Amino acid sequence: MKNLFIAFVVLTVALLAYSTYQALFVAPTEQTMGEVQRIFYYHVPSAWTAGVCFFVNFLASLLYLWKRDARSDALAAASAEVGVMFCTIVLITGPIWARPVWGIWWTWDARLTTTLVLWLIYVSYLVLRRFAAGGQQQVLAAALAVFGFVDVPIVYMSIRWFRTQHPAPVMGGGENSGLDPAMLHAFLWNLLAFTCVGVVLLVLRYRLQRLEESVEAAHAAAALQGGSQ
Amino acid sequence: MTTFATARATLLKDLRLEWRSKDAINSMLFFALLVVVVFSFAFSPTAEESRRIAGGLVWVALLFAAIFALNQTWARELRNQVLDAYRVSPAPPNALFLAKAIGNFLFVLVLEVLMTPLFVVFYGLRSIGPVWQLIVVALLGTWALVVNGTFFAALSIRTRSREIMLPLILFPISIPALLGMVDATTSILTGEASPDFWIKMLAVYDVVFTAVCLLLFETVLNAE
Repeated sequence: MKNLFIAFVVLTVALLAYSTYQALFVAPTEQTMGEVQRIFYYHVPSAWTAGVCFFVNFLASLLYLWKRDARSDALAAASAEVGVMFCTIVLITGPIWARPVWGIWWTWDARLTTTLVLWLIYVSYLVLRRFAAGGQQQVLAAALAVFGFVDVPIVYMSIRWFRTQHPAPVMGGGENSGLDPAMLHAFLWNLLAFTCVGVVLLVLRYRLQRLEESVEAAHAAAALQGGSQ
Repeated sequence: MTTFATARATLLKDLRLEWRSKDAINSMLFFALLVVVVFSFAFSPTAEESRRIAGGLVWVALLFAAIFALNQTWARELRNQVLDAYRVSPAPPNALFLAKAIGNFLFVLVLEVLMTPLFVVFYGLRSIGPVWQLIVVALLGTWALVVNGTFFAALSIRTRSREIMLPLILFPISIPALLGMVDATTSILTGEASPDFWIKMLAVYDVVFTAVCLLLFETVLNAE
């Protein structure tokens, strides 16, 4: 199992190197936006990976509420953290691209706002995990995860209505139908590479979480023994 | 006891406690008054401007003020292990939740009724749109805040620094509701747009989150 994981890490690194080469050197430069368009090869895969992580978090939380298995809680914790990290990348790379292309760093557009609210919700989830005590933490966090996941479609719907009264900036480039085959090629390789990076981080974080739990359990057992003497 | 009888008993107990102590309503009212005055100094708006900003102002003031009532919802039950006693009793947990949520709903409604004259006085506020729509928005919006707030107060009561925890987890989830309340109120006050979409949105939000709260409350109450 361990060897398999190491092989997967090696594969991920190779994939990342290849996809970076594809994105920076092979893919053609976009005509109107120029070099800055290449940020899309990182922006969209990060968004995808963050979305997958949050979905995993929701499923793991439901599973925890149902089965009360510590492993699904550890998975929920790991996926929320990795998801927030990728979501942060999305929120940073987005404005870097938007400034030269749209002329503004930020706009309260449906997708942007939903991503920001998503980020806020999962940061509050991580805060709750830090502040909740002992055995209750898992249940409380799982409950909040369900709330957060239910909230996202409502946010998207309401912001879309809120902002359609204003002319939204055109989402140029990206994964839309007009993508050049060479660009699509680079984009898909990056998508695969980022998903693999997400999986690697998730597995590592999950293991760390399990390790922390066993250390805590050992401490508790030691304290109990010390108390009985 | 049935759900209804339990809920009624808990609600009446909470109302009587509040009536005698007036802890929540006094602190909420004073806090809201401070917000109104501070904002008035900060912006010194004309009657026309105040119509545009009042929607946001009212709801932000209420959101912050409601935290007082929400935070004391469960804190009161921790004394003498009342909450633990409730957990071992056969009373239905959702009855307790509904009673607490309705109690908070009533407290915040009273606050809104008392604050309305303040706004009229300090901001020279007069609505262009129909007032009954404002009442509908107030009812739906208050329930949206309070139902999640009561639930999250039950979450945050189990954490360290619980008073700070509640707004940290409540505000991100409440963003769509807050947007709905603010925009509906502004469009009614200015009479420029129809608030219909937002009223529907708030109704959907209320139904969805009331359902989620009722589904999960027993789990959270019994969390160990």
